[in-house]
Amino acid sequence: MTVTEDPATTAPSAPEKEIGQARRRKEDAHLITGETTWTDNMVLPGMLHMALVRSPVAHARITAIDVSAAREAPGVVAVLTGQDVAEEQGSIPSAWQVTPDMVNPGHPSLAVDQVNHVGEAVALIVARSRAAATDAIELVDVDYDTLPPVLDVEEAAKEGADLVHSHLSSNTSYHFVFDAGEAGTGSDTEQAFADADVVVSRRFVNQRLIPAFMEPRSVVVQPVGDSFTMWSATQIPHILRVMAAMVTGIPEHKLRVIAPDVGGGFGGKLQVNPEEILALLVARRLGKPVKWTETRSESLMAAHHGRDQVQYIDIAADREGNVKGLRVRLLADMGAYLRLITAGTPALGAFMFPGIYKFPAYRFELDGVFTTKTPTDAYRGAGRPEATFAIERIMDELAVELGMDPLELRRKNWIDAEEFPFTTVAGLEYDSGDYDTATRRALELIGYDELREEQRRRRESGDPVQLGIGFSTFTEMCGIAPSRVLGSLSFGSGGWEHATIRMLPTGKVEVVTGSTPHGQGHETAWSQLVADRLGVPFEDIEVLHGDTAIASRGLDTYGSRSLVVGGAAVVRAADKVIAKARKVAAHLLEASEDDLEFDGGRFSVRGTPGTGMAIQEIALAVFTAHNYPEDIEPTIDADAAFDPVNFSFPHGTHICAMEVDTETGFVKIRKYACVDDVGTIVNPLIVEGQIHGGLAQGIAQALYEEAVYDADGNLTTGTFVDYLVPSAADLPHFDTDNTVHVAPGNPIGAKGVGEAGCIASTPAVVNAALDAVRHLGVRDIRMPLTPERVWRAVHEGGDGGDRATAKTNAQGAESAQAPSTGTSSTGGAL
Amino acid sequence: MIPAPFEYVRPTTVEEAVQAVAEGGDDVKIMAGGQSLIPVMRLRLAAPETIVDLGRVAEMRGVREDGDALVIGAMTTHAEVIADPLIAQHARLIAEATETVADRQTRRRGTFGGALAHADPAGDLPSVALALDAEMVVAGPEGRRTVPAREFFVDYLTTALDEGEVLVEIRVPKLAGDWGVRYEKFNRVAQAWSIVAVAAAVRRENGHIAEARIGLTNMGPVPLRAPATEAALAGASASPDAVAAAARSAAEGTSPSSDLNAQADYRQHLAQVLTRRAVATAAGL
Amino acid sequence: MTRVSMRVDGVTYTDEVEPRTLLVHHLREALGKVGTVVGCDTSNCGACTVHLDGQAVKSCTVLAVQADGAEVTTIEGIGSTDALHPVQKAFHEQHGLQCGFCTPGMIMASIDLLKENPSPSEDEVREGIEGNLCRCTGYQNIVRAVQQAAREMSGTSETLGAQS
Repeated sequence: MTVTEDPATTAPSAPEKEIGQARRRKEDAHLITGETTWTDNMVLPGMLHMALVRSPVAHARITAIDVSAAREAPGVVAVLTGQDVAEEQGSIPSAWQVTPDMVNPGHPSLAVDQVNHVGEAVALIVARSRAAATDAIELVDVDYDTLPPVLDVEEAAKEGADLVHSHLSSNTSYHFVFDAGEAGTGSDTEQAFADADVVVSRRFVNQRLIPAFMEPRSVVVQPVGDSFTMWSATQIPHILRVMAAMVTGIPEHKLRVIAPDVGGGFGGKLQVNPEEILALLVARRLGKPVKWTETRSESLMAAHHGRDQVQYIDIAADREGNVKGLRVRLLADMGAYLRLITAGTPALGAFMFPGIYKFPAYRFELDGVFTTKTPTDAYRGAGRPEATFAIERIMDELAVELGMDPLELRRKNWIDAEEFPFTTVAGLEYDSGDYDTATRRALELIGYDELREEQRRRRESGDPVQLGIGFSTFTEMCGIAPSRVLGSLSFGSGGWEHATIRMLPTGKVEVVTGSTPHGQGHETAWSQLVADRLGVPFEDIEVLHGDTAIASRGLDTYGSRSLVVGGAAVVRAADKVIAKARKVAAHLLEASEDDLEFDGGRFSVRGTPGTGMAIQEIALAVFTAHNYPEDIEPTIDADAAFDPVNFSFPHGTHICAMEVDTETGFVKIRKYACVDDVGTIVNPLIVEGQIHGGLAQGIAQALYEEAVYDADGNLTTGTFVDYLVPSAADLPHFDTDNTVHVAPGNPIGAKGVGEAGCIASTPAVVNAALDAVRHLGVRDIRMPLTPERVWRAVHEGGDGGDRATAKTNAQGAESAQAPSTGTSSTGGAL
Repeated sequence: MIPAPFEYVRPTTVEEAVQAVAEGGDDVKIMAGGQSLIPVMRLRLAAPETIVDLGRVAEMRGVREDGDALVIGAMTTHAEVIADPLIAQHARLIAEATETVADRQTRRRGTFGGALAHADPAGDLPSVALALDAEMVVAGPEGRRTVPAREFFVDYLTTALDEGEVLVEIRVPKLAGDWGVRYEKFNRVAQAWSIVAVAAAVRRENGHIAEARIGLTNMGPVPLRAPATEAALAGASASPDAVAAAARSAAEGTSPSSDLNAQADYRQHLAQVLTRRAVATAAGL
Repeated sequence: MTRVSMRVDGVTYTDEVEPRTLLVHHLREALGKVGTVVGCDTSNCGACTVHLDGQAVKSCTVLAVQADGAEVTTIEGIGSTDALHPVQKAFHEQHGLQCGFCTPGMIMASIDLLKENPSPSEDEVREGIEGNLCRCTGYQNIVRAVQQAAREMSGTSETLGAQS
């Protein structure tokens, strides 16, 4: 703005509103130049390196461990086994007691006398260099007395199954039921099914995934006297601090946790990791700083996995397509142990299975079941993608059964725009939205009519490449979470978020947030919020986070909560700053508080043009504190906590057009369009980026990713050669748009966006593939839709079946010959 | 992860390389581009005592003509192969297949000879070498010898290279006449190994297919030809039906493995489909 | 130990290394070039991509001894906050990064691609960076960034108005 203006005659033009601007991110500068602070970059004087000896067997008693050779190896400082730390290691915490009688077998960081999954740590090496620690792993000799692996969750849940934990009476940790009839939020489910014209039942497998954040986990612990500083590649420095203190007995005030630059998490770094606890114990024991950084193969094997449910879904309807009831029975494969929210993740889905539809009756039953596999826990969406997949898949199946258009069936049953707020059969109050408008816009975006026409042509001509169109009209609950709701679900923590705003004497502003980012763009978005609220320039705001000594209170980042809870706390804090400043301004301007208006960062006296003070001037005034009201403290800094009263409910319509090569089974997304409603958009660039990233992960579940175990319990997808994270060449272009229905539950009006794309996209993709080959008799294909599965479903019937678990060419490790691994057939043994 | 320790030798001539291998003891490994070997060593699935790095053997790099053959130095990188004008002119099938290998960074380091000597059944270049009747020129303590591709690939990750021998260069007969070529690769994601792939070279004459050469990738422990299909195509009309009929026998006599990506029967099915497509494209249909 | 000498981002370094030392570990641990990171152990993710004698390679799949005598360029050697390389600038302007862990490798691979193909189509960009994995962005904004940089580097661009 370079308008020449006479301040006496022209009111200062209000700065452009920041909210809604596609601000380029503040975070980028150091990330694009390599001036980063990843935990593994950290080097401290005298720092030692930790490496872990991990179990090569799925299920066994440890009968002996000989560490003598490792102890003598060059550079090795210490070797510890589970026995050595048994008294001090405690148990990795489980924060969610899903039912009062939920059984938790305890989770040692180092196995003491039994291992329950491949990759479980059995000993640790501390050495002067990473190489020396790694070399010594091979020198530890462990004797295992093997037990039968327990791998199939349906088998494991049966009476008389081999037990994972022999001291328990079964593999079922808990049985959780939500019955709408009993809860008073719906009618009797059994009756609804008895009265229905049509019942469709399906068994869906929501396969095991691996979060696969790009930055491997890493932790550095520095002991200073009786205090400890832990740097960790974590999503949750605050929760980690509390939990690590409780696990190790180190007093909470003697432990500082810092999350420096963190390279993605997606739920995978929402954990209190055994390795973090062990690094703390080692630092305490040796009095030296210690670092542990995992390798990718270690990460895939030992960091927690996600999803992994078998879903039995029944839907009831009348002949006209009005849904009458929904019945869900889940078996959740929790792996060997309960980690932080292993138990609660599938339970979180309980309330989302009804989706956007007006079911009069609903019953949900869930068994959390132990197997001898890596524990599952949060992964982007955590419970909601599984629920959305089931409901959006079964709606298509019902449409087929009724001979209805899948979109018509959805329309008939979804909540209409004028019905919000709407209390669902699961007891949730959906806040706002308009499913029809989003759907109509998405149909336009993808060019629906032309695609249907092309589909018809291909069918009629018997083209080997068939086209299908799939829908997902989804909603999700996010912004975790109202603390009272969490309490009613027996979650071990609240869901509030905290913020502080510090007004510096030079007029700059520090915003401290308890929500710890790892790629989301908090610094930019929070700056936009504060710039608007306080009327200070975007550039003058610094957002601080991720260090428990700086951001003293917080509950971190997950569940699409940051903006809607953490951002709301920032806005609240800003309002408090303004309220405090108002008193000072009134004093200095010699006016009544009631006569002051605050606009564009300035207090001015109503009806007296030319008077006024900028909030920055007030910050300086309370810093010098030469002249301020007698009844206040000389500061306008403010803290605030925000605890929402309800979740927010983003929604949207996702449409996928899919080509299926019926000769090979190869599937290729032809077009993907989605319209999401995430409420008020603070930064459209960031919102679009979050949607894109979510889509990539949701599509990857449908098409590429699966953690596969062989009959012995070995993870056969143990490197990126076999665990297929898609590249740019494997994903389509996305056409995205938004509708905006403001969320009433927070002062920003925003809904969460971090998980939406991931939650919505998976069923759209699978529905599209099925739509392409439904006329060939296919009614289900297991995820991921590998070409082989698609081909088998088309040519042999069934759902494509299990994948062969023989090791791939990339894992010819057992061969005494030179094995082959790597991404390429290049180079190598010449 | 970090490889286990090893001794490192970096010869600059073939003679030095052969000598270094001879002196390297029982557990010596020859490294070309290292793009398969280094990951394997990082995962500690291989831990050789000595690495003989051929990276500085200049005479093993580059492409030249020698009468009716092209001679490709074993240490010629994939990127160099793709960009080479002689290969583009006389052995385009090699360039086409090489373009599908891994990714651009890996192709900068990985080498033609390394890929052949590694003899991974899922690797793309062995079946191409086989289809083109390439010959491997091998140097050892006893001097040099030439091994035809048909005899070179012995088993899973095993070649006819004797202990102490180094693959020096590959002689590829130029294709004379009106040849079309196609490498039809099938995998799940861009970076991945071939689940199955088919290398086809087809010579057309007067509207007929005079001669076809078909190499199969990952249809057994070694790269294979598809002799029944080749025979059926010789003299066949260059028509989609004739090609489809011939392709039906592409998997005859193969015994591919079953793994995460594909079970054997599916691989055999793919071989037929991909052969049909490769031949049809190569024949300009 | 073997003596190696290499020029990294314009500075010559001579060190004794174990032959097994990976180039990326040498860069990070001996030279402090921690801008280049390690994301996997099978050469799939490309996070460690640097330029070796002007060509993009995965520095986790090159031994430091193999880079003896070579010129290495890392993310730290192509531009600075005050003078960004056009590809760095485009990643920022197009929101081609979120957590930023894959970004150094992604940028180094993209520069290499643009050297060979100064005006790639969307599909050509996607194929050109197939050796680099990103878990955050879904790639679309990375593709946009590479195309923006292509336009700028070939002088055909209208610079998009960055706001910061």
